[in-house]
Amino acid sequence: MEKDYKKEIDYPLYKPIYETGKGFYIALFILLAIAAWAAYMYIRQVTYGLGVTGMNVPVSWGFYIVNFVFFIGISHAGTLISAILRLSKAEWRRPITRMAEVITAIVLLIGGIHPIIDLGRPDRVLNIFTAGRLQSPLLWDVTSITAYFTASTVYLYLPMIPDIARLRDHGGKLRWFYNFLSWGWHDTPRQKKVLERAINILMVIVIPIAVSVHTVISYIFSMTLQPGWHSTIFGPYFVVGAIFSGIAALIIVMITFRKVFHLEGYLKEIHFRYLGTLLLVMSLLWFYFTFSEYLTGVFAAEPHEMRTIMYKFTGPFAIFFWGMVVCNFIIPVIFLSFKKLKKIPGILFASITVVIGMWLERLIIVIPSLANPRLPLHRGIYIPSLTEWSLFIGAVALFILGYMVFSKFFPIISIWEIEEGRKESAQIVKQRVESYMPENVNNKI
Amino acid sequence: MPKWAMVIDLDKCTGCGACMSACKLENNISIVKPEQANKGRVMFWMNIMQEYEDGIPAENSRRTPKLCFQCDKPPCTKVCPVHATYLNPEGLVGQVYHRCIGCRYCMAACPYTAKVFNWYEPEWDSSMKECLNPHVSLRMKGVVEKCSFCAHRLIRVKENAAAEDREIRDEEFVPACMENCPADAIYFGDISNKNTKVYKAASNHRAFRMMEELGTEPKVIYLSQRE
Repeated sequence: MEKDYKKEIDYPLYKPIYETGKGFYIALFILLAIAAWAAYMYIRQVTYGLGVTGMNVPVSWGFYIVNFVFFIGISHAGTLISAILRLSKAEWRRPITRMAEVITAIVLLIGGIHPIIDLGRPDRVLNIFTAGRLQSPLLWDVTSITAYFTASTVYLYLPMIPDIARLRDHGGKLRWFYNFLSWGWHDTPRQKKVLERAINILMVIVIPIAVSVHTVISYIFSMTLQPGWHSTIFGPYFVVGAIFSGIAALIIVMITFRKVFHLEGYLKEIHFRYLGTLLLVMSLLWFYFTFSEYLTGVFAAEPHEMRTIMYKFTGPFAIFFWGMVVCNFIIPVIFLSFKKLKKIPGILFASITVVIGMWLERLIIVIPSLANPRLPLHRGIYIPSLTEWSLFIGAVALFILGYMVFSKFFPIISIWEIEEGRKESAQIVKQRVESYMPENVNNKI
Repeated sequence: MPKWAMVIDLDKCTGCGACMSACKLENNISIVKPEQANKGRVMFWMNIMQEYEDGIPAENSRRTPKLCFQCDKPPCTKVCPVHATYLNPEGLVGQVYHRCIGCRYCMAACPYTAKVFNWYEPEWDSSMKECLNPHVSLRMKGVVEKCSFCAHRLIRVKENAAAEDREIRDEEFVPACMENCPADAIYFGDISNKNTKVYKAASNHRAFRMMEELGTEPKVIYLSQRE
């Protein structure tokens, strides 16, 4: 009854689950050490108070809120992109969707912890349930992030069931675990039909939830009266930035796994070229939003607004601001527009700069507005402390760790969807294309 | 219902800073160590804002006592996720230290940067510790605090008035900063009552409020001849 995974056509997809090399344990050890260090720094922060950070008056928010916005932005890679690709019946999505969805689940968890790290009294966090005010944008966040996390984990799990059943049938390790998670899946036509319907419903639900999450995060800032924050464009601007950084993160993850797990046969250059085009479109869209945002500020030249803008253009944040423009616009446009540069190394480079650039954008949104309050009483300078850097690196390490561990228990490319694609997608696409063809009018006359 | 408000006459104010220290002692505000204070973590509920009109050193410097403006439409209470800062019917913007989760959203939302945060456990040196004001609760690390218009004094004034079965008299309830102002530049009282000194002062033609265009309706009114 038990099948040998080595004889499967999709052997490369099973391999990482059954065979673990030395490199994995070394990486695991290093990442755990970083995570332990971050945990120590956090416990220290809870013991002594938020004084161990670089925050002050008036810069009362720092890295934690920057990283919160950044990580939640990255989380848009997954579920949203996967849902859009599924909805638009893009056949090339098959090896991508699972990887994208995993990013969401892990990063959302990490991002969601950040506001709690930022609290002066984390011991009272449950007050938001006992004394919560739904009028506060922070509560909107709690609500929408919880909804997004629920929807996206279900959306990750459901298409995994047939794969878990395959792992169960191959026997070997953790049989009870796969047996439990596969919910008695036996590839019957009825089960397939139900699963397909569930996925279809979820992917439609997930899109508005994903859009709402980042809109609501932007509301934290735009609902206040502060110069540089109080802007109606913030909702869509944040969503665009989120998808932008999300796609870049997805490309980086895909290229890494392609290299480490030898998935060249599944993730071909064409996948990266298609995603690269999507990244280019988002880069242009991002530039459009940034341009509109700053042009309206500069043209109207309201003094308080101007002070924050000049802080970014020529002041202490100039290096970050112009660095962001280079990272988010100039480099991606150059590398993704020309066929010669739009190869895997070029796309990887552009993606890395986009992730850095989008982090800078979050920094540029949060800090300068706080550092330049309307009243000239306080002028702030914010220098992040060792604690904040440690927790930032710790969060990144936790993401890699989570992804690595996931890839040891579940296939990171959806096996059944690949099988299905191999079997029927060419035919389905042919039928679909034929259905678009103009009918021969002469026959009807 | 009275509406408590303050008028500060900047033409009378000498900028001596007596209000700052009176406030600090009255309200048990933590004494922050110098190196922390230099990092921007100094704690004042009443502070003096210094502006120079023509660069430093300047002949024309402006010193403005600045505290929480107790807005009638406070931007801070709107954003608090746990009801830890609120507007009471008498127009005081309160802080609930024991409920505050320390998210500092109210600080970020306040256009006047009126709030301060306990970055560490509050500290006083030993001699100070013996003379803490018993009427004001001590804060703990990780919570936001700000000027309360000396609301603890109001409680006593109300009790006295109730015991003697009478209304609260004008200038019976006064905050520490006003009490200690050597130039008598601060007026305080019920602005909804037309017979109070504070109402008359606020009706002066020199009266203005800080950044009125934001629509926050501050209840601290300044008087100044200068622009």
